[in-house]
Amino acid sequence: MTEPLPGPGPDQEPRRYGRGIFLATVAGGISSLYWGKAAWDHVTGVISPVANAIAPILPSGGWRIYTISGHMPVFDPSSWRLKIGGLVEQPVSLTYDELLALPHVEQVSTFHCVTGWTVDHVHWGGVRLGDVLARARPQASGHALRFVSMEVPYVDYLTTRQASLHDVMLAYEMDGKPLPREHGAPVRLIIPEMYGYKNVKWLQGIDVVPRAGSGYWENLGYDRDAWVGRSNGYGA
Amino acid sequence: MKPGYVRRFSPVERLLHWANAAGFFFLLVTGLILYLPRLSMLVSRRQTIQGIHFWGGVGWLATLAVVIVLGGRRLLATARELDTFDRDDLRWLRGRGAPQGRFNAGQKINAILTAAFTILFGVSGLLLWFGEQDTRYRFASTVILHDGLMYVSLLLLVGHLYLALIHPATRHALRGMTLGSVSSEWASRHHAKWRPE
Repeated sequence: MTEPLPGPGPDQEPRRYGRGIFLATVAGGISSLYWGKAAWDHVTGVISPVANAIAPILPSGGWRIYTISGHMPVFDPSSWRLKIGGLVEQPVSLTYDELLALPHVEQVSTFHCVTGWTVDHVHWGGVRLGDVLARARPQASGHALRFVSMEVPYVDYLTTRQASLHDVMLAYEMDGKPLPREHGAPVRLIIPEMYGYKNVKWLQGIDVVPRAGSGYWENLGYDRDAWVGRSNGYGA
Repeated sequence: MKPGYVRRFSPVERLLHWANAAGFFFLLVTGLILYLPRLSMLVSRRQTIQGIHFWGGVGWLATLAVVIVLGGRRLLATARELDTFDRDDLRWLRGRGAPQGRFNAGQKINAILTAAFTILFGVSGLLLWFGEQDTRYRFASTVILHDGLMYVSLLLLVGHLYLALIHPATRHALRGMTLGSVSSEWASRHHAKWRPE
């Protein structure tokens, strides 16, 4: 019987495993930039019944709230108006109640952010963009729409062709409740085919203009035609 | 040092630990304001918080770099201890109980993962920041990596805090990280192979 040696004995040769664990972790993390989202989508696909069940109690529900100014706009029903102007026969100014009185539609669609997060199965309620525009009677020379947010100076554009996609809407309800402040109360644009930055929040105006310009993020280098999976460096 | 006590962590080791802890908590709080809609709403100054979070992260990495340079050889020796696993460490990891050195095998793995995560937090954070300005730096998975690191780090942190503050058998170790010394009786029970200088 011998005393255990302070140093390594012949049968317990020390190995430098630490650097291996370190390098493997770093390498795995860096390489996940290429496979992380696919893996995550796979995992959420498998666990989505569970995830959907617990999503309501999770704090974020998958959303992140982006603002561009120091103050998130506040919706005041007494003073808020949605103004339709520009190249129209009849400029229109809708109160919140007048907006709610237009034909109501609902849809379930997926919301994609250009930074990589996605929220599936969002239940939107609101009005078709076409029903709102029809009241102002756009002129034939207008080939684009400018969406103006209460969050100055946020604007973005859609061509009239893009804006006439079947599931483009102005949403004033989300998941069965009035649109929450952080999601753009009282009403936001929804165009599921495009990344979130085209889905202007806190809408206060729509102008019919001759052609599409650059919106807030497009001035910072993002694509005007923000098709999900086919723009901003994604896809071909 | 009080009689019956031995020094476990040098001043520079403690400085590195607490600089890392302070930076982590600062980034956790500012990061959660960006991440959780409830908090985003309360604060509602995303640009400002985003700037604070980013520059806080840069400051955190720079501070760690300075401490590591200050620590020089002394920290290199610590890194060597963390790098080395012997048979007893592997036995300990399998839950069989084996005499441990100054760091037990779990502490070694925790330290190694913390170091690796620091690098990954830094890389993914820089990519998020610059990706907002230039599509060449944008990857669909950056945000998943950054968030995933946050979740795993939180789990490690909860375990770490439990062992350091609550678990009766191990919480004496906190003294080593604050005052630098632990009782030699405790050291011989938990770190039998460690020979304090």
